Amino acid sequence: MSDMLAVKVWRGRAEGAFAEYRVPRAASQTVLDVVTYIQRRVDPTLSYRFACRVGMCGSCAMTVNGVARWTCRTHVSTVAKGNALEIAPLANLPVIKDLVTDMRAFFDKWARAKGQFKGTATRHDEFPKISPQTGARKAANAGIECIGCGVCYASCDVVTWRPQFLGPAALNRAWTLVNDERDTQQRERLQAVAGDAGCHVCHTQGSCSERCPKKIEPTAGIAGLKRLAARAALRGEL
Amino acid sequence: MDATAAEMAFAFDARAVRRQALLWYAQRISAMVLAVCVVVHLAGIVYAVRGGLSAAEILGRTRGNWAFGAFYGVFVVAAAVHAPIGLANIVAEWRGGRGRAAAVAAQLLATLIVVLGLRAVWAVVAP
Repeated sequence: MSDMLAVKVWRGRAEGAFAEYRVPRAASQTVLDVVTYIQRRVDPTLSYRFACRVGMCGSCAMTVNGVARWTCRTHVSTVAKGNALEIAPLANLPVIKDLVTDMRAFFDKWARAKGQFKGTATRHDEFPKISPQTGARKAANAGIECIGCGVCYASCDVVTWRPQFLGPAALNRAWTLVNDERDTQQRERLQAVAGDAGCHVCHTQGSCSERCPKKIEPTAGIAGLKRLAARAALRGEL
Repeated sequence: MDATAAEMAFAFDARAVRRQALLWYAQRISAMVLAVCVVVHLAGIVYAVRGGLSAAEILGRTRGNWAFGAFYGVFVVAAAVHAPIGLANIVAEWRGGRGRAAAVAAQLLATLIVVLGLRAVWAVVAP
């Protein structure tokens, strides 16, 4: 193991080029540490996003050696090829500058997939009692820890091919709400997530599930949405 | 694309969504049927060719065999449901949308598979 990393970092917007930097290796060094080192010690004009540094906020995802990852919890030792790292912005999103992408399309799709909770209870009502043992609640729990990092969205070939596709994260969010018995816009949500921009165009390739840093399986949720949409359509409720 | 055009692109078409959900269901059910049919079909081939294969031998087994006819009739119908939906999906993906021409072509293909398939089944089953 060399004591210096050769790091290529994307500079520019859609048009741009990789710039090379040399960064000293350190024990337990993360990819985010590397980017931060470059910005603070080598080139302060480098733009990137981060906030929590501990895998909670979902803001530091980048493409590392060709694969979308959360950089704050990716150790250099697990991804470096020899001493080489290539760091680029997330795919499938417009680049604002360097490693910063415009995530509006990503989050707008959560809204289009009816990702908002809407209930009937007020603060004056009792809390609803929901057994954690029901199948629906287990399904919701399996997808609820999404941090919105965009790794799944950047890894999805269907998003690349069909930019209208809502994508794994928005559909996973819809799936958690479909399984929330308190929510009142179930029909509207199923209508929003079915069809040619929704669950039916998923190829079930599973890149989202493979790369999700939180080990969520959007592929399973999308398959669930297809089943529910079919059931609703057969009953004339879609 | 301005904001209005972007919204229009996402405009909700209830009929298209319902059709898509039902087509997915039809393709899923036909896939289950095909999974069984293909296994039985392959096992049948392996069994049938043990002692060589001749037209007379095949027809000797199939003529008047209505169970054979019913099985392959189901096989043909399942294939006629399954394949055109998938091909229409591929066309929609490549062209970036669903046109009427692709839907008509898919229906024609379904008809073609049913007619040619059932004709072939009838040809070996009819006494």
